[in-house]
Amino acid sequence: MSASVIPAREHEDAYLAAFASASLPGGARLRRTRQAAIERFSGLGFPTTHNEAWKYTNLAPFLKTPYQPAPPTGFSRELPAASPGATRLVFVNGRFAPELSKTQTLAGVKISRFQEAFTRRSIVDRIGATAVFDTNAMVALNTAMFEDGALIEIADGAVLDAPVELLFVATADGSVAYPRNLIIAGRESQARIVETYLGSDAAGYFTAAVTEALVADGAVIEHYKLQEESEAALHFGMLAVRQGASSNFVSHNIAFGGALVRNEIAVVLEGEGADCNLNGLYVTGGRQHVDNYTTLDHAQPHTTSHELYKGVLDGASQAVFHGRIIVRPEAQKTDAIQRNKNLLLSDGAVINTKPQLEIYADDVKCTHGATVGQVDADAIFYLRSRGIPLEEARSLLTFAFTSQMISSMKVESVRERLGPLLLRRLAGGGA
Amino acid sequence: MLLEIKNLQARVADKPILKGIDLQVDAGQVHAIMGPNGSGKSTLAGVLAGREVYAVTGGEVLYDGADLLAMKPEERASAGVFMAFQYPVEIPGVSNMYFLRAALNAQRKYRGLEELDAMDFLALVKDKAKLLGLDETLLSRPVNEGFSGGEKKRNEIFQMAVLEPRLAILDETDSGLDIDALKAVAAGINAMRSPDRGMIVVTHYQRLLSYVVPDFVHVMHNGRIVRSGGKDLALELERLGYAWLEEQAAVGS
Repeated sequence: MSASVIPAREHEDAYLAAFASASLPGGARLRRTRQAAIERFSGLGFPTTHNEAWKYTNLAPFLKTPYQPAPPTGFSRELPAASPGATRLVFVNGRFAPELSKTQTLAGVKISRFQEAFTRRSIVDRIGATAVFDTNAMVALNTAMFEDGALIEIADGAVLDAPVELLFVATADGSVAYPRNLIIAGRESQARIVETYLGSDAAGYFTAAVTEALVADGAVIEHYKLQEESEAALHFGMLAVRQGASSNFVSHNIAFGGALVRNEIAVVLEGEGADCNLNGLYVTGGRQHVDNYTTLDHAQPHTTSHELYKGVLDGASQAVFHGRIIVRPEAQKTDAIQRNKNLLLSDGAVINTKPQLEIYADDVKCTHGATVGQVDADAIFYLRSRGIPLEEARSLLTFAFTSQMISSMKVESVRERLGPLLLRRLAGGGA
Repeated sequence: MLLEIKNLQARVADKPILKGIDLQVDAGQVHAIMGPNGSGKSTLAGVLAGREVYAVTGGEVLYDGADLLAMKPEERASAGVFMAFQYPVEIPGVSNMYFLRAALNAQRKYRGLEELDAMDFLALVKDKAKLLGLDETLLSRPVNEGFSGGEKKRNEIFQMAVLEPRLAILDETDSGLDIDALKAVAAGINAMRSPDRGMIVVTHYQRLLSYVVPDFVHVMHNGRIVRSGGKDLALELERLGYAWLEEQAAVGS
């Protein structure tokens, strides 16, 4: 019998049924947003490799698992040490865990679980305004289904000294969670926000997270996403950002874990002079698959972006880097630099890297470049000729290739935790 | 005998480069190896250090009586063989200090010695940097990255001073240096001369040998040592150049 293309609707149907039977938090206004989102999800369906933006990333094998929201569970696991003075919200299997969290009253800042604001019209109106779900099924699914996450409201001029830490921990095999965060950074405010995704060792679960950030004029925001999901996890994340004039946004996007990972970052530089830095590091081994899909939309003049993604791939792992840069007709004097550098440690590892530049203004500077290579043989010999054994030389050079992505981070507790973690990842990456 | 090279032959890909080298170097001696470009000088240095692009096709090399060619590059280094590179490699992301400490401790470990802790190492390094007049800011910078030509060569000599090898092979350490840098490098080499240490100084020009006076001079041509002598041979070569080698080869053939 010849194979024919059967739309895999049963996957979507399970999620539609889950939506229909779930009692999701929020008032009528949010319900309308959810309804619109689930209809978009239904219309779009899960992305397939026929979709150009998902060409190299195949969700299908994972969608066979009927992921279900986890029942409330107890939790015992050591969490990363908090930064001194940090506010911390912890969510276990998508549910807020007050006993693990640390809240405090800070001048000019409100950090709360998102649910508490589901009846505030000004907040609900912002849901989906930045992470647009019209053409993105995963974002639509999250928008329909999300239950909680963090709401961070920073008043004009407020400066947070200690980072805000958001931890999303998954413990239940077969579970799904839809974390949702909203960051509203007022004019000339400053903050550092660290999102960490952790999972129990072998649990196979699904995280579909969305974070929206509104960065007002002159605000300076540093965002971290530290993805350390379990080795069997399916992870989708969208970070959607809108930047006002002369604002500065830095993203550190670290991917260590997960079986199949898709990170999307979409930044609109919609104020003159806005500056954005996207830093990414993926370290993969075994049969891991990590896909980074970033979009930088230069909508106004004198906007600048620097993007640097580095990858170290071992085993039979695969990674994708897709860097899209849009320069709108009015965005003269745009300065955009994109770099993607990869080290392949094994013959079986595969990287697909693709820049996509859409430039509609004529007085701009846009450069991009991608490299794929092995550890430099001359450098290995140089180290060996000084007495450093081959394996040590190789891992030292691999670490050196990546260490800049850690050293450029401003939050000390993150640097101190990730440095050794990176070393361990590189040592064990040959799985 | 520290080093005995017997009828050493080597090639790169299909091209024979070394066609039978015989050389003996004892502790306390400085041997200069001179010769025109393409004579095989750097190949000889590379073979001794264990560069994998060279395939040894014949002969043997005994270091302290042991088969040097059977040892991995890191084992040779740990046994006390050091090569100063003609083109030192830049290693972004690794500081000079970190690199040297990793190297020194790897060697100490190999020899069954305790590793040096950070404090002891720092003291040692500062001491050696002072001895060579090395700018201490170079220590915290990534290995050779953005170094000038002179800084790179001095960094090689500095590494030699920290690692204290028994056999030092200096491959064209004088190339590309202005006279001040040359004097500084030569002073570093002379400071390392010792009755316990043998040195092979590979050079194209005589000028380094005005500052580092060798005990023996060997002239390489076309993969062989064609003449050996004392330090005066270097001066003779400076006067005559290398053209006579071609004439001699033409006469001989």
